[in-house]
Amino acid sequence: MMKSKADEEDYWNSSKFKAFTFDDEDDEFTKLKESRQAVNSICGLVEEEEDEDEVEKVSWSGEPVGSISWSVRETASSLREQSFPKIDTTPSLPKNSSGYSLSSLFKGKEGEREMMDCADYVSDWSPEETVHRMQQGKAVSLEKFRSLQEKLLLLDEAVGVHDGNVITAVLIYLKKSLSKEVLFRELESRQTALRHFIHYLTESKEQRLLLELYRALGRTEDEALLQYKEHLRITDENKRRDFLKSCVSLPFSPEDAGHVQDHYTLLERQIIIEAETGGKVEIFQKFPRRASILNMPLITTLYYCCFYHYAETEGTYSSPANIRQTFRIAEKQYFVTALAARAKLKAWHDVDALFTSRNWLGFTRKKSPLSFSRVADILSKNNAPVQVLQEYVGLVDDVELRVALAQKYKCHFIVISTYRDLKDRQLLLGYRGKVERGSEEERKIDELLSNPQIRWKN
Amino acid sequence: MAHSARRDSPELPDFSVLKRLARDQLIYLLEQLPGKKDLFIEADLMSPLDRIANVSTLKQHEVDKLYKVEYKPVVSTSDQLCFLIRPRIQTVKWVYVVNADKAAGKFKRYKIIFTPQKFYACETVLEEQGIFGDVSTDEWAFYLLPLDEDIINLELPEFFRDNFLEGDQRWVRTGGSALHLFHSIYGPFSKVYGIGRCSKMVYESWREQVKEGEQKARQAEVGTVFLIDRDVDFVTPLCSQVVYEGLVDDIFRIKCGCVEFGPDVTSSDKSIKVMLNSQDKVFNEIRNEHFSNVFGFLSQKARNLQTAYDKRRGMDIKQMKTFVSEELKGLKQEHRLLSLHIGASESMMKKKTKQDFQELLKTEHSLLEGFEIRECISFIEEHINRQVSYLKLCPLSLYFFTGLLPKDYRSLKAQYLQSYGVDHLLTFANLKQLGLLVEQQPGETLTVMESKMGKLVNDKTAGKLTDAFSSLAKKSNFRALSRRLSLVPKSDEEYDLRVPRDMAYIFSGAYIPLSCKLIEQVLERDGWTVYNGINHLFQLAILTMSFIASDAQRIILVMFLGGCTFSEISALRFLGRERGYKFIVLTTAITNSARLIEAMLDNHV
Repeated sequence: MMKSKADEEDYWNSSKFKAFTFDDEDDEFTKLKESRQAVNSICGLVEEEEDEDEVEKVSWSGEPVGSISWSVRETASSLREQSFPKIDTTPSLPKNSSGYSLSSLFKGKEGEREMMDCADYVSDWSPEETVHRMQQGKAVSLEKFRSLQEKLLLLDEAVGVHDGNVITAVLIYLKKSLSKEVLFRELESRQTALRHFIHYLTESKEQRLLLELYRALGRTEDEALLQYKEHLRITDENKRRDFLKSCVSLPFSPEDAGHVQDHYTLLERQIIIEAETGGKVEIFQKFPRRASILNMPLITTLYYCCFYHYAETEGTYSSPANIRQTFRIAEKQYFVTALAARAKLKAWHDVDALFTSRNWLGFTRKKSPLSFSRVADILSKNNAPVQVLQEYVGLVDDVELRVALAQKYKCHFIVISTYRDLKDRQLLLGYRGKVERGSEEERKIDELLSNPQIRWKN
Repeated sequence: MAHSARRDSPELPDFSVLKRLARDQLIYLLEQLPGKKDLFIEADLMSPLDRIANVSTLKQHEVDKLYKVEYKPVVSTSDQLCFLIRPRIQTVKWVYVVNADKAAGKFKRYKIIFTPQKFYACETVLEEQGIFGDVSTDEWAFYLLPLDEDIINLELPEFFRDNFLEGDQRWVRTGGSALHLFHSIYGPFSKVYGIGRCSKMVYESWREQVKEGEQKARQAEVGTVFLIDRDVDFVTPLCSQVVYEGLVDDIFRIKCGCVEFGPDVTSSDKSIKVMLNSQDKVFNEIRNEHFSNVFGFLSQKARNLQTAYDKRRGMDIKQMKTFVSEELKGLKQEHRLLSLHIGASESMMKKKTKQDFQELLKTEHSLLEGFEIRECISFIEEHINRQVSYLKLCPLSLYFFTGLLPKDYRSLKAQYLQSYGVDHLLTFANLKQLGLLVEQQPGETLTVMESKMGKLVNDKTAGKLTDAFSSLAKKSNFRALSRRLSLVPKSDEEYDLRVPRDMAYIFSGAYIPLSCKLIEQVLERDGWTVYNGINHLFQLAILTMSFIASDAQRIILVMFLGGCTFSEISALRFLGRERGYKFIVLTTAITNSARLIEAMLDNHV
């Protein structure tokens, strides 16, 4: 260290760096050590091993250091100004004075020295000065802010300079030195500080205190949500279910209470369904499950049940109809999910049945709560054969869309019959070139074109 | 590509010095722990670190092994451990190895380097765990990472959530310090404009630091500065991006200026990582283009390349030799880049048609214009019903944001929870807190809430809360604001995307980002007069500060607090080309719709 001292001095003297100076420390190295011991004795704790650091540091010298300080100096001079406002991080600063007091946390070497040299007026720092020093990472003592009024002045000062780091530091001190009741009461009228405190408690995972805080503030919904959030930590599904059950009675808004109730019912249901994955059932062997159904969203569960338990009667917990009813699933949502599941299995018959309704005369017709173009889209994504697809494409009302879809999905007969309905000979002629030669479609087109009964519009 | 810059456009300053500065500081810090040491690096610091140093730099300074911080027990035989981390409580708690070693009676040395700064809360963790003093701490003031010739990133994505959702001002001073560092190298600034609460605080913090330090007179390289809060404009980052660079970010996620293209792009069996910046000549020409123009450009480029290659036919030996030594390398390089971007474009086309991208865009545009809201709702519903990734559900938030009826809100929320899990209750609470979810309420409800909250407020920041209420009102006022500033160009005119006439081209001519529009207006009128007409819709802190006159006024620094999108950067580049400015974007992070929504998620432990 002594060897490098000249270098350092040179550097710091030549730079415009003001906030900290290394030479202070070097010059007064021994003095500093004494000072530190004095600090420690003030804090009531002195540790012995602290010198180890220093001993090692003294031997710190040699090539690499030289080259780095050279390059640091190079950069610094090219930047002229205090290019590293934070490089004051005091490598050789003894850091191991134990800290049971918060003040020891906040010490920087300069402050430390001052604290020693001017031990008497340490306590004279105003809230303003204190906050200012904290912002610069210098040493301060918060212990001297003992009356409630002083503490709050300090807090308000920190809030006033918008430095979240300092606000939180002051709050940590207040948390340690004020009773909860008093702290909560005071925070209630200080929204900025309150939000910092809540965030600090959240990050340091002090759930219990945070819950108390919400309760004290009358923020019941936040309290409920926070408690509900705890379920994410519970991995055992039975315990999680029981926990969710206890959440139902939390002070949620009526709307959210319903959602939480559903969450509980769903997990309860999933646990039952999960137990029914017996290896004997054919479908599970044919399409082995990729993952457990536990903790999946409701719609995933519905899809699962449409996949594995489609034919079950409404009485069983795993039947899609039962799920639909229990959770009040919208008709459209139900159809989309059932369609996707049955299409995935290529159970075209089920798809057909899903959309077929019978009127009172016993005629069947296709009805769907979602547009037929969407149905066709889902079917095509599941590689449905043209025979299946064209049935739904043909039901698309909008002529232009119908033709576009029919062309996209190669439902030639739909295109052909639509052109026929439009009595558009030109388009039909044009389409003839797009179908395979000698195919049934081509024959159909020829048949239409030569049909004298059609009155073509062009 | 079609645009030529105005002749009087000024030159951008050189940012490489920032990298050198950060590197030298890191080396300096590493040297403070002499001897061999193992270095543990936080995952999200790896890429930024890569941009300024490499392994051999670290090895030269006696870093033995490198580890990623992974929240599991440390296996290291070194007797010196150094941790390079962000100042997060969770990460500091993880550094419990010390305790274990202590119990086992092993003596090791530990050092935590926080970057860009340390927080008292982190040191409190060390104190509480009884290892304060056993672990030494340092700060690596690595604020500014130049990602490109006009983009500087703080790489602090958490800035957004901490500041705007949690109301934690811990990064305010960081922002001030970053600005201060920039100012001390490229300043002095001549004018500073700001909009938003956080901007105002960052500005004050910066001034404070200027006062503490000392500024030498020097030639200014940057004159005008804008500070802008992300919550001034939530709409822009929620829109799907259609400018090439933005689209690549939406689909492949650009991380710290680098993207990983998978096998579907490279048409081989391996992925490759590519740096995307102005060094990539092909990328540089298409990055700001509307996606619909990119294909044509790339194929033209490919044809030119073919012609250049074809030249060698009929060459004699000597010509061939010159060709190989002078041109071939460049051509090969161009060939490689071209095939990459063509691959990327193809892959994006495929993905986008699959996701009914056109419909998505149409819905977004309708929401922005406020037309055909019923159709939009059913589009959103259908997406929810089909469990399309919730990150792609930004139209939903957009819809929430532009204001929705309580009935629709309840129904969409219920369906959302059914499709993606009830734990998203927490997400909804966050969206509401952030102001991203605005239920249209009858006037009285707001007043009741205001008076209720009003009682709670009597500290110094009381005035700020009024701000918050005004901004609450402002948010459902999006449409009025949009009319006032003509953010949505008239739809009856054809918009030629090849020859953009304004910044709206970045959203297919459908919308001018509010953030960029404000900047344009302020520059045009040399002040916030634009604000006079809209202040009743949009009551936010604004500031204008003039310092000294400077020649560098046409070089403009725009600092986004809470992140900005590539689309906004493209829009600013466009504005710069049109008006003869050069914009430098300084952002806390690059964001997009997915990242914005992800920041609101809470459904994990």
